[in-house]
Amino acid sequence: MNDTVAVARTGAMWRILAWVVLPALLLLVAPFVIDPFQTLTLSYGLIAAIGALGFNLLLGYTGLLSFGHSAFWGGGAYTVAFMVKYLKIASMELFLAGSVLASAILSALFGFVCVRYTRIFFGILTLALSQVLWSLAFKFFWVTGGTDGLRVPTPTLVGMAPTNDKMEFLAHQYYYYVLAVFALCVFLMWVIVHSPFGKALQAIRDNETRAEFIGIRIRRYRLIAFVISGIFTGVAGALWAPLNGLASPDVLVWTFSGEIVFMTVLGGFRTFVGPIVGAIAFTYLKTYAVGFTVYWQLLLGTVLVVLVLALPTGIMGAIERLASRMKKAR
Amino acid sequence: MGVFAIHILNALLYSSVLFLIAGGLSLIYGVMRILNLAHGNLYALGAFVTAWAIGLALSAGVPNFVLFLLLPAGAIAAAVAGAVIERTLLRPFYKRPEEYQLLMTFGLLMILEDLIRLVWGPNPLSATSVYASLGSISIAGDRYPAYNLVIIAVGIVAAVFLWAFIYRTRFGVFLRATSQDKRMASALGVNVNRIYIQAFTLGCFMAGLGGAIVVPSQSAVLGMGVDALVLAFIVVVIGGLGSLEGALAGALIVGVVREAGITLFPEIELAVLYLIAAFVLLVRPAGLFGRAGT
Repeated sequence: MNDTVAVARTGAMWRILAWVVLPALLLLVAPFVIDPFQTLTLSYGLIAAIGALGFNLLLGYTGLLSFGHSAFWGGGAYTVAFMVKYLKIASMELFLAGSVLASAILSALFGFVCVRYTRIFFGILTLALSQVLWSLAFKFFWVTGGTDGLRVPTPTLVGMAPTNDKMEFLAHQYYYYVLAVFALCVFLMWVIVHSPFGKALQAIRDNETRAEFIGIRIRRYRLIAFVISGIFTGVAGALWAPLNGLASPDVLVWTFSGEIVFMTVLGGFRTFVGPIVGAIAFTYLKTYAVGFTVYWQLLLGTVLVVLVLALPTGIMGAIERLASRMKKAR
Repeated sequence: MGVFAIHILNALLYSSVLFLIAGGLSLIYGVMRILNLAHGNLYALGAFVTAWAIGLALSAGVPNFVLFLLLPAGAIAAAVAGAVIERTLLRPFYKRPEEYQLLMTFGLLMILEDLIRLVWGPNPLSATSVYASLGSISIAGDRYPAYNLVIIAVGIVAAVFLWAFIYRTRFGVFLRATSQDKRMASALGVNVNRIYIQAFTLGCFMAGLGGAIVVPSQSAVLGMGVDALVLAFIVVVIGGLGSLEGALAGALIVGVVREAGITLFPEIELAVLYLIAAFVLLVRPAGLFGRAGT
């Protein structure tokens, strides 16, 4: 009896070591090992991971496929840009607070409309609403800069002004800032999906009627999940804006929502770490595909088609299947 | 009065093209329950193929009326592409959750977008000589390009043909039966797989036809497919996914609102369209002509 508990405990310890401690160490030492360009790509990946994590609360845990998450990403990014332009703010903490507030309002508004529906209608409705924002950003160029977007300078982090060398600043101070926010978001999301609330969402996903029968208020739970999801993606947008140096309509258009879906499915939306792995993998894939050929969409599209055909459970699903096969072989 | 007539004609022009795109999208959804995100790219494919064919014919020095015969080339190309796509990429997905179908068509969207760039390069292709060859007519004292009337006519003819096809032929009966209850139709001896490939091909043909007839009046450019798709979405959402009458009504509404929007409220023209779509979804989730409960 004690033995099995001990075995289970060492198993859990190994798993924590493999999934938490090791990646954390790797991410911590990364800027000293890899060159600044790689560090920037990694920052983009971590930021995308925050967004995908938020997105997956809806797709993986609640069973709702949103094709409008660009609205929250872009909303977060534009909130930062507006705070720079109109309020002359330079503090990253205020940016994050502002974008949390803005994306909470935005997602509450969108969610209120969208969670009445599920499946394909939910997807179309989120898409249509996100396109409203895109078209406004696109057309009101005197406010939003139109297709040029709005410039976002490097912010102050925890009250410290950015160093003069922008690359150095982004590859070190900003990277660690992103990493810290990322760690916090992962922790928060872990708590959320393992809380009774998270379990209720999964119950709704698996069997709506049954969930309603045991007293879960489906629409309210979906709305709360939608808002949390929107906030996470908004935070990702806020972190992305200073790194990119520009908030532009590219991140509001619906194909960007498609990219968020893509990265989540690439990692595997049935697992917690799937979106994180998928977002980082997608960022690298896209960065190198864009650098390698002008036909990067062709490359990525083919990857997506093959993925959906051959590996619907994504990278994590493939790893799990491999692991269980190896266990059986033993 | 003349200006008003021209606004009406422009609205009809938009509506005709939109109906061809959205009608195909709606037909595919109605029969197969697949929302084809790559549909706009088939429209773009139609435009590029027609522009390319006309360009070739022009350099070969053929007379003008032959150019008109080349217009359907794009529609046929899109239909062939559709048949291939259905058979190879979509068929494995009918039993899987619709999320995967959406992702598959999203992947197709990316692929087709770049294939067009790969084949025809990044520069716009145009076939203006067809447009110019018809000259212009006078409407209450204002000049109006005669070719635009051709587009409107094609839109009307396509709508009539489609209606006759679906409500007056044996194939139409099979199509409607499959759309209403796939399993029952299958049990009654309808070859559902064949209906699927026919419906998808027909839908793609319509999108390609839209692109083919529009290309003489505006150049084929990269990204035109994605833009068109989003408008087609609005049309089918307003009219009701899967309903052809809905696609027609939706196309007319969007055509009129766009034409009014461009003159009266250009900044929020697109936003207004999306908001109309969102509003219709809220009030009548199945759209104006959609069947409840599906």
